[in-house]
Amino acid sequence: MATVQQPNLEGENPLVEGLERLPVAPTTLVIFGATGDLAQRKLLPALYNLAHEGGLPERFHLIGVSRREKAHAEYAEECEQAIRRFSRRAVDEDVLKRLLEDVKYVPGEFDEESVYGTLEQTLDGFEEQAGGPLNRAFYLSTAPSFFPIIVEALGAQGLNAREGAEVRVVIEKPFGTSLEEARELNRRVLSVFEESQVFRIDHYLGKETVQNMMAFRFANGMFEPLWNRNYIDSVQITAAEDIGIGTRAGYYDNAGALRDLIQNHMLQLLCHVAMEPPVSFTAEEVRNEKVKVLHAIHAPEGDEVGRMSVRGQYGPGHVAGEDVPGYLAEDGVREESTTETYAAMRLEVDNWRWAGVPFYLRAGKRLARKITEIAVTLKPVPHLAFSQAGSLGVRPNQLILTLQPNEGVTLQLGAKIPGTRMMIRPVNMEFLYGTSFLSQSPEAYERLIMDAMRGDPTLFTRDDEVEAQWCICDPILQTWEALPGPLAQYESGSQGPDEANDILRDGHSWRAI
Amino acid sequence: MPAISDAVWSAQGTTPDAIEAALRELLKERHAENGGYVPARVLNMVAFVDREWSGEIANRLRGVGRYHASRTIVLSYDPKRERVDAHASLAAAGDPEAGQLALLRETVVVEIGERHLDDLITIVDPLVVSDMPTLLWSPHGHPQEVDALLGLAQAVLLDSIDEPESRAAIEHAEALTHSAYVVDLAWLRSMPWRERIAGTFDPPTMRPELDKLSALTVRHHPDSTVAGMLLVGWLASRLGWHGSPLLAHEGALEGRAHAHRQDVAIRLEPDPTQEVRGLQGFTLRTASGLQLSLDRAPGGLRAQRTEPDGEQHEWTILGASRGEAGVLGEGIRQALLRDPTYAPALRAAKAMLP
Repeated sequence: MATVQQPNLEGENPLVEGLERLPVAPTTLVIFGATGDLAQRKLLPALYNLAHEGGLPERFHLIGVSRREKAHAEYAEECEQAIRRFSRRAVDEDVLKRLLEDVKYVPGEFDEESVYGTLEQTLDGFEEQAGGPLNRAFYLSTAPSFFPIIVEALGAQGLNAREGAEVRVVIEKPFGTSLEEARELNRRVLSVFEESQVFRIDHYLGKETVQNMMAFRFANGMFEPLWNRNYIDSVQITAAEDIGIGTRAGYYDNAGALRDLIQNHMLQLLCHVAMEPPVSFTAEEVRNEKVKVLHAIHAPEGDEVGRMSVRGQYGPGHVAGEDVPGYLAEDGVREESTTETYAAMRLEVDNWRWAGVPFYLRAGKRLARKITEIAVTLKPVPHLAFSQAGSLGVRPNQLILTLQPNEGVTLQLGAKIPGTRMMIRPVNMEFLYGTSFLSQSPEAYERLIMDAMRGDPTLFTRDDEVEAQWCICDPILQTWEALPGPLAQYESGSQGPDEANDILRDGHSWRAI
Repeated sequence: MPAISDAVWSAQGTTPDAIEAALRELLKERHAENGGYVPARVLNMVAFVDREWSGEIANRLRGVGRYHASRTIVLSYDPKRERVDAHASLAAAGDPEAGQLALLRETVVVEIGERHLDDLITIVDPLVVSDMPTLLWSPHGHPQEVDALLGLAQAVLLDSIDEPESRAAIEHAEALTHSAYVVDLAWLRSMPWRERIAGTFDPPTMRPELDKLSALTVRHHPDSTVAGMLLVGWLASRLGWHGSPLLAHEGALEGRAHAHRQDVAIRLEPDPTQEVRGLQGFTLRTASGLQLSLDRAPGGLRAQRTEPDGEQHEWTILGASRGEAGVLGEGIRQALLRDPTYAPALRAAKAMLP
């Protein structure tokens, strides 16, 4: 007879040890904006892929809410088409059929009280089938102006809580377009839901590449001793795209590069570079450390805005051998629009670790190529014993974390050029994530939907975090809006506006895109 | 793997040094041709196979897609062979697109005979990529050759249900766990079942029911008794049951395990209608009258739950079948992970062997 240690059945679930996928409680997911682009391209395919892998809760129901009138079956048909078109894997017919066989659709305006009454009946219907309460997740994938309206209507209907189950609300970006709007939205959301129920999406945080940065910094002892102002000269964070705005003029012309990328995604990357090691990888500890970084950043004010930031707009040019139009000639863009398609800034993190180290951020469209990277430049060696004549010379080491297109880490080192003389040139030591793992990374939305249903907020933005981000960007936007033009111009397919060099200091230069 | 871009080399009467040099040369050529070709560096896999079945094994390995080991060394064994011949190939799933990478996977087939078995390790050792974990697989038995190569491997791949006898299967796997990490395909096939049982009892309101489990019936393919034993062993080891040997009864295996509140009646019954190997389903009952059944169904698992008051609910738990290629691919991927629950489940299953 085997002797087996007695488990403690009062505490943790003893059956989850060794399982890669943790259980998720039975849930009904309600998508507001169910017929929109995001739902079709990202959310529905993510749900299908989770279903395919067996990752959805054992009981899962989907309800779509949108303005257009349609029957349940018609909505299910639309879901099927979206999944077939956008899923990252071939569809298994049985799984798809089962996923969509019980999908419900609630039509109506988001400010109509009756919509929420119908929604409640539909939710109750699923719970009756299940014989008990199911968790509820409300996913707000609508225009941002509807976020507070939907949240308040859910509260008015009493759908913000359910006895015996968890209720959560997932809010898409942008979370406000200014500090004032973000604060007001937080106030209205938190008047209905507890912060622990609110999951603000920044889909960058769901990317494996961003999560890998935490592993890179905190699972490798060799970098930490160098990771401070004594050894690091500057940090450059770049998010460059070679494409234009495509069909997104309606959104983009009101947002611009700073709101679209820097306020959220790029400040998150900066936080991952600059944060202190958290005590543990719990949601609160990780987010506390990120908020500390944001609080330590001095937001440029008044004249500083011109010295620390620059904006630009792409003109006509050439990308991948093709002529492309300038921003003002794109479909849907306002005549004489002063929306920036390029933004760059120099920030400093005023704390013990980083004082005096410039963090350069830049993001833009129609640049030379698509790349997202973080380049950490170390200080030069204090004394050079080698002649630099006849070679590229000794350059400060750079550590480059590439997030896309080829995720990896490159360390630039000085190496001797083969020959009789002691001449040095920089060489690259490269590590590519793709060469070292068998698994395919899940789509960011698959991870984020699962985490929201499981109630793990680690990869979501907290209320004080989003406000701290806006505290940095708001003064810049206000100054830019008070001085509407002309914007620095750059040729499509180029490195960006020349004026971007004006914010660099100490002889620094931008890395080639 | 659908190799639509590959480079090949072969030689007769060759040596490991020459094979390794050829692989380096092939890689250099491919990289010079296009800088987007890069070698995968994740895992070595050493497969010892009987020559007459080597084609079938190659087909199975091709089916694992992205889970293909970075370097696969197939030792194709024909007792009468006197000379070492080898074929090497570097394959990518396609040509790299601009700015993208194409991962190259290396496959070396080494033809060997009985006269090479004594010094087998001297053939294989120079061929495995250093500092990369090695997975050893011998799908046609050959325990002596496995023993000879164990020193090279961090993990051993096996499929317990390939053994005709449950006792031999479980004792063999259990013995191997003392020398290497064991990846058992029979265990991986039970993963969706284990996930669902864990999920059912995850809500805090359901957790106390774990303590009240009173009966477990496992339905399985007639050739997959071991799969059922492993599921029972898993529950026994996780929940602290003390198992006694099961007894054969009318074609099934029956017995009891002692939990700390009450005994659990255990029954393993073969289902002759099941076409695929592994589990067909299970039914759990608790002392409070709750009953939960899961069974294979189109699109996932069909769940049926009966409450203590007799109320019944049925639903489908979604999930696509991975197929045997998917299970093998998962086995290769698992060689890089560590599941601490397999060995205790094996030991608990061993205690209940009939």
